[in-house]
Amino acid sequence: MLLEVNDLHVFYGRIEALKGISFNVNDGEIVTLIGANGAGKTTTMRTVSGVRSVAQGSIIFDGQDITKMPPHERVKLGICQAPEGRGIFPGMTVRENLEMGTYVRGGNAVEKASDLEHVFTLFPRLQERITQLGGTLSGGEQQMLAIGRALMSRPRLLLLDEPSMGLAPMLIAQIFQIIKQINSNGISVLLVEQNATQALRTAQRGYVLETGHVVKEGSGQLLLDDPAVRAAYLGG
Amino acid sequence: MSNWLIYRTFWDLTVSGLVLGLIYALVALGYTMVYGVLRLINFAHSEVFMVGTFGVLVSLTKVFGIPIFEGGQYPFRTGFVLIGILLASLLIGMAVSGLGAVAIERIAYRPLRGAGDAYGAVALAFVTGLILSFIISSDIGTNLIIAAVVAGPLSILYLRIFKRGRQAPRLAFLISAIGVSMALAEAVAIWGPDERVVYQTPRILEKKVLFKFLGADVRIDYVIVAIGAVLMMTSLLLFVNRTRLGRGIRAVAQDAETSRILGVNVDLVILVTFLLGGAMAGGAAMMFTLVYDQTRFNIGFLLGVKSFTAAVLGGIGNIRGALLGGVVLGLAENYGSAVFGGQWKDVIAFVVLLVVLMFRPTGILGESLAKARV
Repeated sequence: MLLEVNDLHVFYGRIEALKGISFNVNDGEIVTLIGANGAGKTTTMRTVSGVRSVAQGSIIFDGQDITKMPPHERVKLGICQAPEGRGIFPGMTVRENLEMGTYVRGGNAVEKASDLEHVFTLFPRLQERITQLGGTLSGGEQQMLAIGRALMSRPRLLLLDEPSMGLAPMLIAQIFQIIKQINSNGISVLLVEQNATQALRTAQRGYVLETGHVVKEGSGQLLLDDPAVRAAYLGG
Repeated sequence: MSNWLIYRTFWDLTVSGLVLGLIYALVALGYTMVYGVLRLINFAHSEVFMVGTFGVLVSLTKVFGIPIFEGGQYPFRTGFVLIGILLASLLIGMAVSGLGAVAIERIAYRPLRGAGDAYGAVALAFVTGLILSFIISSDIGTNLIIAAVVAGPLSILYLRIFKRGRQAPRLAFLISAIGVSMALAEAVAIWGPDERVVYQTPRILEKKVLFKFLGADVRIDYVIVAIGAVLMMTSLLLFVNRTRLGRGIRAVAQDAETSRILGVNVDLVILVTFLLGGAMAGGAAMMFTLVYDQTRFNIGFLLGVKSFTAAVLGGIGNIRGALLGGVVLGLAENYGSAVFGGQWKDVIAFVVLLVVLMFRPTGILGESLAKARV
């Protein structure tokens, strides 16, 4: 098992955002967390990345307890995130943004060049925009940049927080296609989505979050067929 | 209006204004960089400069043993000895100010960010103990002993509070900054041998006129300041734009949360930012003592406020803006005091600020450290 989250409790001030959620991601899997706004999806991602501190519970990555580990060491272990809202550095060029993905790993020029090459085969668009400032890209390009930047860190577990947010339907399909492609290269993916249908179709397994609890879990297909899930998240 | 400044030519005012402006600019860099990464005005930065001038003073008089006067003459040095002493005092000034800035960050800001650590707790406990000890005794030796004894248990208590990781409101940082600033200035005033009097610094450089520029005297100390300041600023820009940590500084300035997610050690970036900003102020401190041959416990206050003005003038958060703002301010002050009279010198800085902010609230360059480019 690659990632194992046990009974996680996280607070924002006095408000308990996560009330003891547990889930796991196996090696080579795509796992999705779905749920309404405020269910705790983004909080979960930030906690796995290490920018929110844990009140109770544990996070195990590849057999190692990382519950109290600072974020930069988690990136070193192979956890990298394309955050909600993309988090593009607006004043850096596309190339500089991508190179921020190698901030922890370092690596020499040759390695960086081959990683850039790899990202450009997934997202040829980024190569065309390489000298442009991140802030001037369209929403879809920014999302590609965020995913590409996370890939530059050579992650074992890629965290994607709402990659389809604000994108046109054509682009959404393309992004999910690329997520599958990334996964087929052996990178495990933890995917948070409001676009539940697409997410469940893409993922092997899914968890349904409601106000800080996991209320349902199962294979993607099982959740797609579940009448309660359909009613609540898939538009009937 | 019968002011001496009126008799000086335009180019004289330009040359000395540029020199003053470069010193403002170096100090302004510290304000602007810290603002860039923390969105915080580090009002204690003025005392970082002040501490630097005293670092230079102590290094000259105590380390190199140079007296203020030697047989009724200034203790001029020449050749490699002079260059060596100048360089050494520059490095010492930069080190003292840089480490001072880092210490301020550890003790006064980091705990408020909810990231307080053991060093900060111990230092803060020691200072608390020191202050409390004055109730009982005013003998320094006794005070230090009491402080050391109190520091032990108190630092454990502080560490407990730090562990909660609470983020303080914005205003708390400001109060903390002003508090540190006053504490540092007063500490120098109380414990310095000459207390609140002006300290002369040894004049090791004979300030000859090197050449004439359009009739204005260009003295050797002006040239040293200009070369030194430009070198320091260039290396700072190169560091921010070309190195890994520099990229980290730019990233944190643009989006701290995403930077952390990508593995930037934000606490380290903040530490380096304070160190660099402090070192620039320390360099400015050395140049200031070189030109004006003096310092005082409150030397940082007015210079700090003006440098802050320069940073805002150029566009706060913008490294090149700090340079531009400093030079504009230095020139404006000199020209203005020639026109309106020297007693208006300090007013002019703030009038310029007001006018610029009325028409261009983001400052002259108005972008941010985030977008700093070569």
